[in-house]
Amino acid sequence: MYRYDEFDHKFVAERTAQFRDQAARRLSGEITEDEFRPLRLMNGLYLQLHAYMLRVAIPYGTLSGKQMRQLAYIADKYDRGYGHFTTRQNIQYNWIKLEDTADILQALADVEMHAIQTSGNCIRNVTTDHWAGAAADELADPRPIAELIRQWSSLHPEFSFLPRKFKVAITGAPHDRAAVKVHDIGLRMHKNDAGAIGWEVMVGGGQGRTPMIAVTVRDFLPEKEVIPYLEAIMRVYNLFGRRDNKYKARIKILVHELGAEKFKSEVEAEYARHPAQSTEVDERELARISAYFKAPAYEKLSRFAPHFEEAKRANPEFARWAKNNLAAHLVDGYTIVNISLKPEGGIPGDATGEQMRVMSTLAELYSFDELRVSHAQNIVLAHVKLEDAFAVWEALVASDMAAANYGLIGDIIACPGLDYCALATARSIPVAQAISRKFANVATQEHYGAVKLNISGCINACGHHHVGHIGILGLDKKGEEFYQITLGGSSSENASIGTILGPGFAAHEVPDAIETILNTYVKLRTSGEEFLHTYRRLGPAPFKEALYAAA
Amino acid sequence: MPLLKNNAFVSDEWTTLDDEAVLPEGGKIIVSFTRLAKDWDTLAKFPGVLGVKLANTDKIDSLAPYLSQVAIIVLAFPAFTDGRAYSLARGLRLDGYRGELRAEGNLLPDQLQYMHQVGFDSFIVNDRFPLQSWQAASHQMSLAYQRGLFRVAGEGEVWSQRHQGFAPWEEQPHAG
Repeated sequence: MYRYDEFDHKFVAERTAQFRDQAARRLSGEITEDEFRPLRLMNGLYLQLHAYMLRVAIPYGTLSGKQMRQLAYIADKYDRGYGHFTTRQNIQYNWIKLEDTADILQALADVEMHAIQTSGNCIRNVTTDHWAGAAADELADPRPIAELIRQWSSLHPEFSFLPRKFKVAITGAPHDRAAVKVHDIGLRMHKNDAGAIGWEVMVGGGQGRTPMIAVTVRDFLPEKEVIPYLEAIMRVYNLFGRRDNKYKARIKILVHELGAEKFKSEVEAEYARHPAQSTEVDERELARISAYFKAPAYEKLSRFAPHFEEAKRANPEFARWAKNNLAAHLVDGYTIVNISLKPEGGIPGDATGEQMRVMSTLAELYSFDELRVSHAQNIVLAHVKLEDAFAVWEALVASDMAAANYGLIGDIIACPGLDYCALATARSIPVAQAISRKFANVATQEHYGAVKLNISGCINACGHHHVGHIGILGLDKKGEEFYQITLGGSSSENASIGTILGPGFAAHEVPDAIETILNTYVKLRTSGEEFLHTYRRLGPAPFKEALYAAA
Repeated sequence: MPLLKNNAFVSDEWTTLDDEAVLPEGGKIIVSFTRLAKDWDTLAKFPGVLGVKLANTDKIDSLAPYLSQVAIIVLAFPAFTDGRAYSLARGLRLDGYRGELRAEGNLLPDQLQYMHQVGFDSFIVNDRFPLQSWQAASHQMSLAYQRGLFRVAGEGEVWSQRHQGFAPWEEQPHAG
């Protein structure tokens, strides 16, 4: 994985010192809260319902054992002993004091981390496939270009006061696990006949109150043009994106209002206007970064792992976890371990300091000292020997991290909701917990197969409800929380926005409603057909009928 | 309001004229872009030095015919969160404008370095903040990752420092 050189170290050290000064000027009253706000936001510091929240950047979700250990230290020392992994592949701490923040940023800088641009109207932490570099279907590792974009976007002087936040997602695989079509910019890698890499550039996707699927503006952008082309897009957005209404300020609205063709011609005109050589991707820099992402020193192993097979025969619980939580690795004898942070009745994405330390140790022992945070709020050990999988599982069992529900109905995405968030209109966490308990039995979850259930506590859609196969949106009606259900969303390469089924439900009715939907699916599915496919084949009618006809 | 230029507070030689104000005999005057376009026949013969003030919704394309005739361009920041003028400034510099580029309006000391980097070289600042805050804040970061930016003395570009012979894109003199 990427390591800082002297320049990266100096940059983050200076930035930390700068924030220490800004916080001191705020505490002394020299600057007002209004003036401090954009400064603290660009360092990841929010003011929430009960306390400050600090969101720490985990670039493209990749971190080392040492870095995870430091996150555990921060959770224990400055928070209440836990942290929350988010759909942005970041971690956030919910109980932070302003006076401690500069010290926390220093602790992060000590392990080559920061909180730069995890908030604010700027280019946010770049996200990518959590199986990058390991997935069997990948063309090439997308993280070198993600790191290049991280550097380019860090404190970009022109793009730090945009109309609204800006999110870039990247995938190097045809099967999109990075949800690139619902980001402000999505990049998808392609290879041409000559074997050269180019990028499909998609713009204007997003969720929130106006969910949209991105449009493609370039089919195959040569790699060295990525930065100058992104600059052209950003400049058009910065100049012409709406600033009169924050709910219409994202680039998706600009693309929609101009129309895809007009938007594209504006970008192309801007791109043609200025000499690209000023910002072109330098091959040596890309080569330097790529060297950090070269494949780890895999052993030459047989595809058949006898001890692994034996452990599965001897231990059905392990076999079940192995079936659901392991994924195909591109190298024989290795596997991708998906650690579910969704125990029965748990808070999706939460981990204690102790759990983080256990995951650090497992990464160090079994996965080339590397971890990933997935946008589905789980943790990935990307390169584990099949023969080590049992030892990993045993350690996870001992730390309550062995839920065998990866990709199943219990693997719920949920935002923090009204329990923490100043924007929320309803609670998300208790609803996620109730559904998790309702479907606690993993055999039941397997019966329903692959289902993505996503919950947001407000229209801003941090819990990605629009792209859940089943989406739940918490709203407020005259002081009462109620929950709208959508079906048919997807964040994959065949992305779609879910359709609202009908009137909402009270919190206590939601788990039964989900069960009704799932049972309807089971009744109607053809052999081996997944939930989303059944829905796409039949549409909402049978599900509506089942949910509302009885009432 | 104090004028900061080359990191020193200096007196302002420019007079900003209202759109209705009578043209003086000479000197250094700044007019709005509306007036510049409307009264160009008269202004082209102005014996002093001309400057123009743009709103951040003005398009720099329409300024092109006058660009060689103005010695200062003033860009307005109606709110410190409104970043349009950063792109206008960068666009003007990328187009080759080498005259003075001034920022005025609602600025924060912590934004000064960004403004330098996109090509601003003078600043009308708010004296509500200690003046030394303005001078200190413009030098907090000694490194930037981006290429093709303007630099003040002592600032480095990461990507060109990393790779020998990978010279910064352009030596870019500040007008001031």
